[in-house]
Amino acid sequence: MIVARGLEKTYMSGGRPLTVLRALDLEVEARSFLAIVGPSGSGKTTLLGLLAGLDQPSAGQVLLDGQDLSALTEDQRAGFRAERVGFVFQTFHLLPTLTALENVLVPLELQGGAGRDVRERARDLLTRVGLGDRLDHYPVQLSGGEQQRVALARAFANRPRILFADEPTGNLDGETGATIVAMLEELNREAQTTLIMVTHDLTLAERAHRVVRLSGGTVVDDRPGRGVPDAHVGEETAASAPGPSGEMR
Amino acid sequence: MKFGFAVRLALRESRHGFRRVGVYMASITLGVAALVSIHSFRDDVARSVREEAEVLMGANARLSANRPLPDSISGWVDSLAAAGAGVARVVTATSMVLAPSSGDVRLLQVRGVDGAYPFYGEVDTRPAGAWLQGIPPGVAFVDPAVLTQLRVSVGDTLVVGRVRVPIAATVDDLPTDLAFQTAVGPRVHLSQRTLDESSLLGFGSLARYETFLRLPDRAERDAVRERYEEVLDATQVRYTLAEEQAQSLSNGVRFLGEFLALVGLGALLLGGIGVASAIHVYIRERQPGVAVLRCLGAGQWTVFTAYLLQAAALGLFGAGAGVLLGIGVQRILPFVLAGVLPVDVTPRFSWTSAAAGLGIGVWVAVMFALTPLLALRDVPPLQALRQDFGEPPRRWRLDRVASYAALGISVVVLCLLEAPEPEVGAAFAAALGVTVALLGATGWALTRLTRRFFPKRASYPVRQGVSNLFRPRNQTVSVTLALGFGAFIVGTVVLVEGNLLDDLTVSFDGGRPNVLLFDVQPDQRDGVLGLIPPAYRDAAQVAPLVPSRLARINGRTGEELRADTSGVERPEGWALRREYRNTYRAEIGPAEELVSGRWWDGTPGSEDGTRVDTGDLPGVSMELDIAEDLRVGLGDTLVWSVGGVEVTTVVTSLRRVDWNRLEPNFFAVLEPGALEGAPHTLIMVARLPGADERAEFQRALVGAYPNVSALDFSRVQEAIDAVLSRVRQAVTFLGAFSTLAGIVVLIGALASSRAQRMREGALLKTLGARRNQILVVLFSEYLALGTLATATGLALAWGASALLVSQVFEIGFSTHFAPLAAIWTAVAALTVIVGLAGSRTLLARPPLEVLRDAPE
Repeated sequence: MIVARGLEKTYMSGGRPLTVLRALDLEVEARSFLAIVGPSGSGKTTLLGLLAGLDQPSAGQVLLDGQDLSALTEDQRAGFRAERVGFVFQTFHLLPTLTALENVLVPLELQGGAGRDVRERARDLLTRVGLGDRLDHYPVQLSGGEQQRVALARAFANRPRILFADEPTGNLDGETGATIVAMLEELNREAQTTLIMVTHDLTLAERAHRVVRLSGGTVVDDRPGRGVPDAHVGEETAASAPGPSGEMR
Repeated sequence: MKFGFAVRLALRESRHGFRRVGVYMASITLGVAALVSIHSFRDDVARSVREEAEVLMGANARLSANRPLPDSISGWVDSLAAAGAGVARVVTATSMVLAPSSGDVRLLQVRGVDGAYPFYGEVDTRPAGAWLQGIPPGVAFVDPAVLTQLRVSVGDTLVVGRVRVPIAATVDDLPTDLAFQTAVGPRVHLSQRTLDESSLLGFGSLARYETFLRLPDRAERDAVRERYEEVLDATQVRYTLAEEQAQSLSNGVRFLGEFLALVGLGALLLGGIGVASAIHVYIRERQPGVAVLRCLGAGQWTVFTAYLLQAAALGLFGAGAGVLLGIGVQRILPFVLAGVLPVDVTPRFSWTSAAAGLGIGVWVAVMFALTPLLALRDVPPLQALRQDFGEPPRRWRLDRVASYAALGISVVVLCLLEAPEPEVGAAFAAALGVTVALLGATGWALTRLTRRFFPKRASYPVRQGVSNLFRPRNQTVSVTLALGFGAFIVGTVVLVEGNLLDDLTVSFDGGRPNVLLFDVQPDQRDGVLGLIPPAYRDAAQVAPLVPSRLARINGRTGEELRADTSGVERPEGWALRREYRNTYRAEIGPAEELVSGRWWDGTPGSEDGTRVDTGDLPGVSMELDIAEDLRVGLGDTLVWSVGGVEVTTVVTSLRRVDWNRLEPNFFAVLEPGALEGAPHTLIMVARLPGADERAEFQRALVGAYPNVSALDFSRVQEAIDAVLSRVRQAVTFLGAFSTLAGIVVLIGALASSRAQRMREGALLKTLGARRNQILVVLFSEYLALGTLATATGLALAWGASALLVSQVFEIGFSTHFAPLAAIWTAVAALTVIVGLAGSRTLLARPPLEVLRDAPE
C-alpha cells in the first residue's frame, strides 16, 4: 500500500522556483499495477521519484507500507529501497563496468548477500529473461533490448514489494518494447509485486489495472485500465488483454 | 570551410561546459610556470654574475698555481706592480688548527692574504670595517663556522702551525665567495706574513698560490696573456680574467638551469597528455551537438576548426596563467637555490622568457588536442537522428598520421630547444618517450592484472570501486602516467641516495681506516706513529709520496704524442700533464687486484701473467684506467720527472684499484729502490675506532707536528651527507613538482568523468546503496588508482636506480623499502584525499535529480 498526501515538489530552475507537483493525493493498492501518464513536464517522473524516496517532497508525505518516508534518513531510505523496491529505467542504467550477472547481483550484494544461492538466483533471473548464455557480457556488448532485460532481472533480484518503472520501453523499438513489457508483467504476476509505471505510451498504459493522468503537476484523471485487477487470474491476464499489445506479441 | 562561422561557433561553445576542460589547462599552467620561471631565473643569474664579475674575483685577473710563482713570472708581476697595477697574493693551505681554550682540533683552510685584496667589493666583518686596511699581522679573521666548529669566540687564541694568533674578527661575507665554497671548509684568514711565520708551507704541502691583479683596462689584460702565454703554459700557471670566471660560473648555473628546464618541459608534456585526454572526453560529450551541426550543413573542417580554436584559446589562458605563476616562482627561486648560487640574484621581468613560455604552452596544448579533435570529423550527421548510432570507426587516415607525426616532432624540437646540447635534448626526448612508454605499459599491465586477479570474494563496494578503473572513457592510463612520473622521479632519487650513503657507511665502517695523515716529513715518521695508541699502531699503513710528472712515453714527449696525426689513438692531455703522486712499495695493496703482468715477486695477474723483461730498468705498475687514458700497456717505457731528475721505468703490471676504499692508493707504484733518495713526503692511514681517541690523537699531532694534516673521515662522511642532502633537496623539489602536475591531471580526470560518476552514484543509491557503501566504492577506486600509479612509478624507479647505482656509480645495489613505502603511502593518500574531496557533491545530491537529467 502506497499513500501520497498533499505532495508538492518545487525545483529551482534558471534561478526561479518551478513547481512540478502541487497538492497531489494518491493511494496505490498492494499488488496492483498503476500506470502514470501525462504530457512532458507534467511531473510523472518526479512523482515516481518521490514515491520511491529518491528525493524529498517540498511538502506532503509518502507512506510506503505505512512507513513515512520523510521521517527516514537518506541511508534508511536507501536501506528501505534495497529491501523492498525495484527499478526499471528508460535508459537502462546498467553499471558499465560490471557484467550482466554482476549487475543483477548489485541489489543483493548491497544487502550483504553473497555466496552460491545469491549467484544462483541472479543466474535464474537472467535465464528467465532469456540471457542465460550471456551472463559474462558487459553492457556495451549487449543490444538495447538485452540491456533492458538485464535491468528487469536486476529489478526483481531483491524480491521487491514495489517495482517502479520509468518509461521502460521508451528507448526501444516497438517489438523489443513489447517483449520487455510482457516479461515485466509476467515477473510481476509471479512475484505479486506492486507495479508503478510511468509511460508516454497509452497502449502500454491501458494494460495497467488503473491509469492516472497527470497534468500541470496534479492528477486530472484517475480511471481503471483494461488490465484485470485480480492478480490470481494468472495465464489469462496476458492472453485476454485486448488491444495492440496482443497483436505485437 | 567557413572560418567566420567557426570563430562564432567557438565563442558560443566556450560559454558552456568548458570549465571542466579548463581544469586540465592547469597542467599546462604548471609546466609553463616552470619554464618561464627557470628561463627568467637563468637570465637573472647570468646577468648578475656578469655585472658582478670583478667583485666575484675581487680583481680583474688572477694567476693561480699549486706552487709559488716561478721566478720568470713573479719577475714580470713585480714589474706590473712597479708600473702601477694592483697586485695581491693569496695562499691557501689546508692545515690542522687547534683551539687551546676548548681543546678542539679541525682540519681547516688557512689563507694568507696580502693587504690590498680584494680590490673590488667590500668585506663584511664583525666588528665592522676590520678588513678595510687588510688583515693586520699576528691576528686571525675567521669564518663564523670556525667559531662553532672549534667552540671558540672572538678574542680566543688559535694555534696555526708554529704561531698562536688571537681571533680579531669574523668574516661574515667575502664578496668573492661562492655560496657553496664556504660549505666545503671554513677558513682562517691571516696576513701573508703570519702565514709565512707559521711555516705551514713546507715541502710537498698541498697549497694553492694565487696572485690577483688590478688591471682595469681590458686591452692591458689581454696583452698580458698574449705576451706571456708560452711562459704560463710551460710553468703550468693559470691566468684567468674576471669575465672568464664569471662566464664559467654562469655556465655552471646555466647547466643547472637547463636541467631544471628539461624537468619543467617534462611536466608540461605530461600536462599535454592530460589535455589530450580531456579533449577526448569533451568532444565525445559534444558529439550529439556536432551531429546536429553537420545535419544543418556545417562542413567537417568548419566544425574541426571551431573546436581547435577553443583548444587554442584554452591553451592561451592556461599558458597565460602559467606565465604569471612563473614570474611569481622566479622571485622565489633565489631563496630555494640560495645554497648553490654564486651571487645574490635580483629578479627582473624577462619578456623573452614570458613570450617563449606563452608560445610553448599554446603550442603544446594545440598539438596534444589535435589528434583527439580529428575524431570530430568522423561524426556522422545521422547521429542527430539516431542516438544509438555506434561510435564512428577510427581509421588510420593521412590526417591522423600527420597529427601524430606533428606531435612527435614538436616534442623532439622542444627538447632540443631546452637542452644545453642537442645530444642531451635528443637523449632526453628518447628517455621521456621510453619512460612514458614503460610507465604506460607497466600501468596497463598492473591494472589488467588487478582486474584479472582481484579477489572475487571482496565485498561488493570494493570490487565495484576497483572495476570503476575500467569504466568506459576512464582516464586510468593518463592519471597513472602523471602520478607515476612523479613517483618515479622521487623514488629514483631516494633509492640512489640511499645506496650512495650505504656505500659510504661501508667504506668508513667495518674495520677500515678512518684517519688519513698527509704532509708527514720522512724524519717525522716514527714520531707520528708513536702518537697512535699502541693497539692500532701496527695496523697503520705508511706510504711515501713522490710528486712526479710524466716526461716521456716510449721516448716521446707529451707535446709530440698530442701532435701525432698518424691516426693512432692519442693519449688524453690531462693524463699527460697532471702531477702524479707516485709511491714505491714491495707488496700489492689491500684495495688492489693485479690484472695483467707480474708483481715484483713474480705473482701473476688474474687475467694475463705475461712477464716483462725490463733489462736493468725498474718496473712500474699502472692502474688500469690511467693506463688506458695514457694508451700504455705492458712493456711500455715511462720516464718520470722527479724534482728535475728523470727516472725511467717499464710497465710490468696493470692493477685494478678500488678507489672507494680509504687506503693509500696510487696510479703508479714503482719498484722499491727506484725512487729511494728522491724528495718525498709520507701519507699514513690508520684506524682509530673511538671519536675521543681520534680527537686526542689530533690534538697531540697538532701540538707536536703542526705541518702534518689529519683528515678525520667521519667528518668527511658528514660533509658528503650534507652535500647529498642538498642535491636531494633540489631534485626532490622537482619530483614534488611532477607529483603536483600529476595531481592536477588527476583533478582534471575527476572533473571530466564527473557526470558519469554522479550518475553511477545516484544509480547505486536508487538501488539501495547507503552513503557508507558509496564511500567505500569511491575510496576503493581512488586507493586502487593511487596505488597502481605509484606502484608503476616505483617499479620503474627501482629498475632505473638499480641500473644507475650499478652502472654509473659502480657500487652494489640494495632496495630501501621504508622510503618506498613512505612514497607509496603519501601518493596514494593524496589521491584518495583529492578524489574524495572532488566527490563530495556526489554524495549530497538526491538521486532523482541526477537520474532526471542524466544523458546516457
